[in-house]
Amino acid sequence: MSLLTVKDLSIRYNETAVVDELSFSIDQAESVGLVGESGSGKSQTALALLGLLPRQASVTGSIRFDGTELVGASEKTLDRLRARRIGIVFQDPMQALNPYLRIGRQLRQILVRHKLARGTEIDERVIEMLARVGLSDARQQFHAYPHQLSGGMRQRVMLASALIAEPDLLIGDEPTTALDVTVQAQILELLEEIRDNTALLLITHDLGVVAGHCERMLVLEKGRLVDAGATTSLFASPGHAHTRLLLDAAPRIDRSGDLPPATGASILGIDAVSVSYTAFGNKQLQAVHDVSLSLRSGETVAVVGESGSGKSSFVRAVLGLVPMRAGRAVYAGAPLEGPVERRAKAQRRDLQLIFQDPVSALNPHMRVQSIIGESLLVHEPGLSSRARRERVVEALGQVGLGDQYLVRYPHELSGGQAQRVAIARALVLGPKVLICDEAVAALDGSVREQVLALLRKAQEDTGLAIIFISHDLAVVRAISHRVVVLYMGRLVERSDNASLFSRPRHPYTRALIDAVPVPNPVIAPKKAPLRGEVPSLLYPPSGCVFHPRCKYVKEICRSKLPPARDVQGAHVACHYADEIDLSL
Amino acid sequence: MSLFDNRTIRVSGGILLTVAACALAGPWISPHDYLATDFDSQLLSPTMTGGQIFGTDDLGRDLFVRTMLGIRVTLLVAIVASLVSLIIGVAYGAIAGFVGGRVDAAMMRFVDTLYALPFIFFVILLMVAFERNFLLIFVAIGAVNWLDMARIVRGQTLSLREREFVDAARLTGVSTTRILLHHIAPNLIGIVVVYVTLTIPQAILVESFLSFLGLGVQEPQTSLGALVDAGVNQMEGASWALLIPAGLLALILLCFNFLGDGLRDFFDVRHTN
Repeated sequence: MSLLTVKDLSIRYNETAVVDELSFSIDQAESVGLVGESGSGKSQTALALLGLLPRQASVTGSIRFDGTELVGASEKTLDRLRARRIGIVFQDPMQALNPYLRIGRQLRQILVRHKLARGTEIDERVIEMLARVGLSDARQQFHAYPHQLSGGMRQRVMLASALIAEPDLLIGDEPTTALDVTVQAQILELLEEIRDNTALLLITHDLGVVAGHCERMLVLEKGRLVDAGATTSLFASPGHAHTRLLLDAAPRIDRSGDLPPATGASILGIDAVSVSYTAFGNKQLQAVHDVSLSLRSGETVAVVGESGSGKSSFVRAVLGLVPMRAGRAVYAGAPLEGPVERRAKAQRRDLQLIFQDPVSALNPHMRVQSIIGESLLVHEPGLSSRARRERVVEALGQVGLGDQYLVRYPHELSGGQAQRVAIARALVLGPKVLICDEAVAALDGSVREQVLALLRKAQEDTGLAIIFISHDLAVVRAISHRVVVLYMGRLVERSDNASLFSRPRHPYTRALIDAVPVPNPVIAPKKAPLRGEVPSLLYPPSGCVFHPRCKYVKEICRSKLPPARDVQGAHVACHYADEIDLSL
Repeated sequence: MSLFDNRTIRVSGGILLTVAACALAGPWISPHDYLATDFDSQLLSPTMTGGQIFGTDDLGRDLFVRTMLGIRVTLLVAIVASLVSLIIGVAYGAIAGFVGGRVDAAMMRFVDTLYALPFIFFVILLMVAFERNFLLIFVAIGAVNWLDMARIVRGQTLSLREREFVDAARLTGVSTTRILLHHIAPNLIGIVVVYVTLTIPQAILVESFLSFLGLGVQEPQTSLGALVDAGVNQMEGASWALLIPAGLLALILLCFNFLGDGLRDFFDVRHTN
């Protein structure tokens, strides 16, 4: 008999069904992936399994867990199951952990509540569990507060709390979405390692994660189950058009994107830029060290690295949003100097930025019309209001939105629409350089493809040069001509797309590539290529900043910072760049 | 969603409008005069005859007309004082928050310093030192209230300034003035409106308190606080002289508080959707 059997489950809010007649089952120790785009009802299903839906939700159908009916079950019944027999890990551990309780106490509560241990045995088991999920010095970390841990460590604690009672079913609701790829790889590996006989329901939008970690998968579209089956067979021959759509939209790190070469004239030169901030206690925190970059018209250069690598600070300094401490940037022969307010109008027109979160990048009190029109108002004040409106409509058309969107407010747009409006705002002035700061990170697969296609088209039509900041190497591979890899604010490798992905020269680059989950279930997931997380910028390691995490580390790496130098076409900062072979 | 779909706003707003309308029209309709003393009809209990529905006070003056007049004064003081605090507070807070850095630090330390002064004591001193002047009450109450407003607006501006749409506007070349007026200000409206409706009852309370102490509005003018003060003296024989103005004062305060709550919900809904 199955461990969990869901039959005809429907969840409605005011007669709108978010989950519609969903049926599936999970066997003992099985791993099942639940995939779909945002709004497809994945998380609602997870909450229903735990009886955690808000009161307004009306739930019908049946959820049987090991013989117990969960739909309409009393709080008492649910309480006996939650944490004890069904564990859950949410996307954001900071939300899920109580900031006022030491983590040891939060884990203790589960054991105490379900009478799984007594006396001193309780603390011992908690410490043992913390050690199993990879917290170094678990005995000390037992007394840590959630805010004292890094994001990856917090997610490990969440995993510990979900598994400490040895439940029969573990639900992971996008458990690694908020983490860096390198940390994601570690967490997924850990999940496999310590799950033992616990069945897994893994909710994710990332088909790479499903391919590597789930035996079966379920595909949801707008609350309906459209496809189900063994992961390998669904990847090989999808049973439903939506599954095919999701698969096609999944970026592939294992395939090269074929871009026409960029042959335009050099347009932007950035030379040895440094950025530093004053941290608490007047300590200087240097976010970017001597990073150089050049850009041609019609070219896309990607800037990649884990969070804290200085990607955003670097471009913000070039744009004049934060002060540049050293170095210079030259655009079309003229220097880019000082804060953005003091720069020439033409420079401000030609360099545009697109943000990660389109919702916060659009003023909630302005209509789409005025959001896009405002740039025109500033740069072409002579324009009649009618001509301005025409230009706005034209820009909206360019991003595939009709003129019915003119009067919408940002909160009336979906994430993808909002990002397109933000792009239209940037493109309406006809910029020469477009900087995309994680511009597609928050978007669903199919929408991301549309937005990327749009950027590519703008590039073909107008010779737009693009700096594309991303943590997602699969996307970077598809759309960039050249790639710059940053680590702790330093350039570690700069290379053209083809050679970077076929023969990376820096161990960090290779690790980043290996960490990306490949949406192909036939390939076994690689072991997590990097241990640990990025050290604090306030206390950078001696010598090569990457040495504590590098598996090729030698004595010189600990003492001497490697200068960036040219190694067969690539620009690499590693002592052994020409000795170790990192080819894929 | 319209403002009037919210029941709290509809009911409390409706009551306030009715009270204000009565206060404006009442003295005009009533045959009695707020000044006219009548020693033949001292401390009459409320009666329908002759239109003295609230009775009379110890000088035989019609209490309905006087109460309505008191409401006018009370509301006027409250609204003008709130406007004073609104204008000073929003301008001060928005500038401090937007400019930031040292200017912000200096401006906010000044506010902190003013906070440290015992204001009621300060107002009482003002009243005693200068002639008891109607205008002074507005100034005194406004001067107390703008500090809170400045702090709230400054905090809000500070967080708005960090929002990406402000960066986007800066990058495009939108002028600082335009950013303040078109990007910051509209996003402040919600919180400011809510806060003003909560400032009004505070101002009413301060005014009533001053008048009750005899430091506020002076005879023959009156306010709800002054009427309560007079009513207390007649409490045993003529309870209506206390209960009616005190009840109306409570009603007005409650309505403003509910209105503020309702507006807060209203603006919340628009932000979360």
